Amino acid sequence: MSEFTVAYARPRREWLAAAVIWSAALVVTGLFLWIVGDIVRHGIGQISWGFITAAPADAGRAGGIGPILVSTLLILGVCMAVSIPLGVGTAVLLAEFTSDDNRFGRLVRLSLDVLAGTPSIVFGLFGLAFFAKVMGLGFSILSGGLTLACMVLPILIRATEEGFRSAPDDYRLSAAALGLSRTATITHLLLPAATPGLVVGLVLGIGRALAETAALIFTSGYVDRMPGSLLDSGRALSIHIFDLSMNVPGGNANAYASALVLVALLLIINAAAAWLGEHCLRQRIVPV
Amino acid sequence: MRLRHVLLAAIVAALSGCSSDEDETSIVLTGSSTIAPLASELGKRFEALHPRVRVDVQTGGSSRGIADARSELADLGMASRALYEDEHDLKAYTIAYDGVGIIVHRDNPVRKLTDKQISGIYTGEIANWNEVGGRDAPITVVNKAEGRSTLELFLEYFTLESSDIEADVVIGDNEQGIKTVAGNPDSIGYVSIGTAEYDAGQGVPIKLLPLSGVDASTANVRNGTFPLSRPLNLVKKTRPQGWVRRFVDFARSPAARNIVTSQFFVPIAQ
Amino acid sequence: MLIWVLRVCATLSGAIIILILAFLVLESLPALRHAGLAGFFTDASWHPTENLFNLLPMLWGTVLAMTGAVLIATPLGILSAVFCHYYAPPVIARQYRRLIELLAGIPSVVYGFWGLVVLVPLIGRLHPPGPSLLAGVIILAIMILPTIALMADAALANVPVQYLRGAHALGLSRWATVRGVVFPAARSGLYTGVILGAGRAVGETMAVLMVCGNVVQMPVSLFDPVRTLTANIALEMAYALGDHRSALFVSGLVLMALILVLVAAAERFAQNHIHV
Repeated sequence: MSEFTVAYARPRREWLAAAVIWSAALVVTGLFLWIVGDIVRHGIGQISWGFITAAPADAGRAGGIGPILVSTLLILGVCMAVSIPLGVGTAVLLAEFTSDDNRFGRLVRLSLDVLAGTPSIVFGLFGLAFFAKVMGLGFSILSGGLTLACMVLPILIRATEEGFRSAPDDYRLSAAALGLSRTATITHLLLPAATPGLVVGLVLGIGRALAETAALIFTSGYVDRMPGSLLDSGRALSIHIFDLSMNVPGGNANAYASALVLVALLLIINAAAAWLGEHCLRQRIVPV
Repeated sequence: MRLRHVLLAAIVAALSGCSSDEDETSIVLTGSSTIAPLASELGKRFEALHPRVRVDVQTGGSSRGIADARSELADLGMASRALYEDEHDLKAYTIAYDGVGIIVHRDNPVRKLTDKQISGIYTGEIANWNEVGGRDAPITVVNKAEGRSTLELFLEYFTLESSDIEADVVIGDNEQGIKTVAGNPDSIGYVSIGTAEYDAGQGVPIKLLPLSGVDASTANVRNGTFPLSRPLNLVKKTRPQGWVRRFVDFARSPAARNIVTSQFFVPIAQ
Repeated sequence: MLIWVLRVCATLSGAIIILILAFLVLESLPALRHAGLAGFFTDASWHPTENLFNLLPMLWGTVLAMTGAVLIATPLGILSAVFCHYYAPPVIARQYRRLIELLAGIPSVVYGFWGLVVLVPLIGRLHPPGPSLLAGVIILAIMILPTIALMADAALANVPVQYLRGAHALGLSRWATVRGVVFPAARSGLYTGVILGAGRAVGETMAVLMVCGNVVQMPVSLFDPVRTLTANIALEMAYALGDHRSALFVSGLVLMALILVLVAAAERFAQNHIHV
C-alpha cells in the first residue's frame, strides 16, 4: 500500500499508531513462536514416517498415530460434508433473501449466535444423548462428525454471510438487468464473490473442529484402532493429545509430537482451502 | 465431473466399511479414564490372543461406568473405586490397585508430615510451611475435584468432610496435579503413587512423602503396608458369561501382570 | 424452488440450539425439582455432595474471564488485521496471516498444557499460587485472537477500494484513513468477529480447566483462582451421580441464559450502531 505515504497534519499520531500496530503484531508473533516453538522443540524428536503410520502401543507412549490420523480425517470429512451445504444454504438465505428486520432471519441469526457460544462440553453431552443414543449411532465417527458440524455451523454461516454482504449491489442489479434468475445470480456471480468469506469460515471452522476435545470424547470415543467404517469408534488426534498429556504418565513426548503433526495437518488444510478459494471459484469473475 | 464420481465412490465405500465379520464379538467397556489406558492395553493383548474378539474402551468417568454396567449399555463398567453401599446389586472384579500418596515439590526441605499436620494443612489451620519445619512460604494446597474417588479416599482416611477443605487449586486428573505441584515450589497435593513414582524418576521435580511412617511406593502398596490405596474394578450387573468372563479372567491372571505394572498400577495378589 | 431448499437449511441450522436447550432442560429437571431454582443462587456454597448448589461464584468466574479475554484480544486482533492490510509489506502480511490461521487450529488442550506448564509457574513466581483468573484471561485471549483477527481481516478486505482512493485523494494519512474510513466501513464484520470470539471465550472448557485453579470463590484479585461454569461441568461430570449430575446440567442452562443475554444485548447494540 505505497499509495499512503502522504502524511498530513499529524505526523506524531501517525508514528504512534504505526508503533502500536507493529507492537501488536510483534506481541502476537512472539506468542505464536513461543507456543509453537515449544511444540516443535519437544515434539520433533519423535516424528518419523513410522510415527505417522504405525498404530499406537503401550497406551500411546510407543508406536505411532496412524489409525488416529485416519479417524481424525474421517471425522473432519463428515463434519465438512454436513456443515458446508447446510451452512452455505443458510448463509445465502440470510444474506440474500431476508431483509434486516425479517423475523425469521433474526430468529435464525439469534439461535446461531447462541449456538456459537455453547460450551464444547455441552455439545459433547448433547451429541452423546442425541446422535449416539436417540439416533442410534453409538460411539462412532459419524456421531463425532455430526456433533462437530453443529459446533462449526455458526462460524461457517456467519463468515459466509459476511462474504455475501460484501459483494457489491452492482452485481445483483446488473444481473437482474440482464435477466439472470436469482439462482443463476447466486451460483455464478455472488458465490464466487463471497468465496473469501467462505474460505475464512472454512479455515476457522476446520481449525475449531481439529482443536475440539470435549465434544469428541463422548461421541467418536476413545478406541485407537483403525476404523473399519464410519460407524466404528475412532480416536481423534486432539483426544489422543489430551490422553497422552493428562492421563498417561510418560506420554508427554508423544503428546508434543502428535500436536506437531496436528499443526502440520492444519497448515496443509489451510493452504488447500486458500488454493481452492483462489483457483476454483474466484477466478470465475474478473475483480473490479 | 470425474472428481465428483471419485468422491461419491469414496463416501459409499467408507459408509459400507470393510466386510462385516458375522463371527466377530465385541466387548464394550466404559468408565473411569484412570483405568482406560490399562483396559485398552489389556484389550489389545486379548485381541492378539483371540483374533475374532474386539475390545472397545470408552471413557466418561467412574459414575458412567457404574451407570452403563447397571443399564447394560456396556458389557463391563470401569470404576476406579470400591462400590458404594447402594451399588451392591452389581458385581465388582478388581484388576489392580492404585496407591494414593502425598506429593510436594522436590526442592521442598520438608521430608515427612504427620497425619495431623496433613489434615491441618488441608483444612487451612496450618498455612505456612515454617509451621511444619519448612521455609517461610504460604502453602499452596492442591485438592481433587468433588466426586473423584481419590478425593473420597483422602477424606475417609483423614476423617474430613469435603466442605472442610480449603484448597488453593482444584485439579482433575493425576497428571494435572503433578504438573501443578511441579510448577509451584510451595505446593502440596495427592496423586496416584505409581504415576508419581514414574514421573519423579523421569526428572519431574516432585517427591512423594511417607504416610504414617510408611514410604509411599508401589512396593509398599503391593505388600499391604501402605495405608491409602484404592481398587480398580471392572463392574457388571450379572455374573459375566462367555467372552466377557474370559476377558475378566485374563485381566486378573498372571499373564496380565506385566501390563498392569507397565501402566504403573499394582497387580492383584494371586 | 431454491428458496424452499434454503429455508429448510436455515430451519435445520436454527433448530439445533432448540434441541440442545430441550436436552439441557430435560436433564436438569431432577435437580430443579429437588433443590429449587433459587437454591442455585442462594445456597451457602457449591458442595453438591452435601446438596449445596450455589452457582454465583462460578458465573462470576465465567463473566470475568470472558470480559478480560475480549478486552485483550479485540484490540490485538483488529490491529493485527490492520497490520496485515495497511502496514505490513505484502510478503510479511502473507506469512503473518498464515501464522494467525495456525493459531486458530491449535487444540485447546495444547493451549491448556502450555498454560499449565509455562504460564502458570511464571505467574506463580509473581504471586502465588499461579493458577488464576489472570492465567485464564491470557489463555482465552490467545485462543480467541485468531477468530477476531481473521474475521476482521476478511472485513477489511471487503472495504471498497474506491473509499481508500477517495481518502488518498483527500490527502488523509494512513492512520486517519484506517480510523476514519476503514473502520466505519468494515464495522459489521469487525463486530461479528468480536461476538464470535466472546462466544468462544464463554464456551471454552479444557484450557480454562487447566489454568484457572478451579476453586469455587468470588475472585478478589486477578491472581485469585476461579472456576468457570464450563470447567465445573467438565471437572465433575465424569464422577457425578443423580442430583449432582442434574445440578451440572442446571449450570449448563445458566450458561446458555448468560449467552442469550449477551447475544441479545449485542444484537440491540448492533441494531442501533452497526446495521444503521
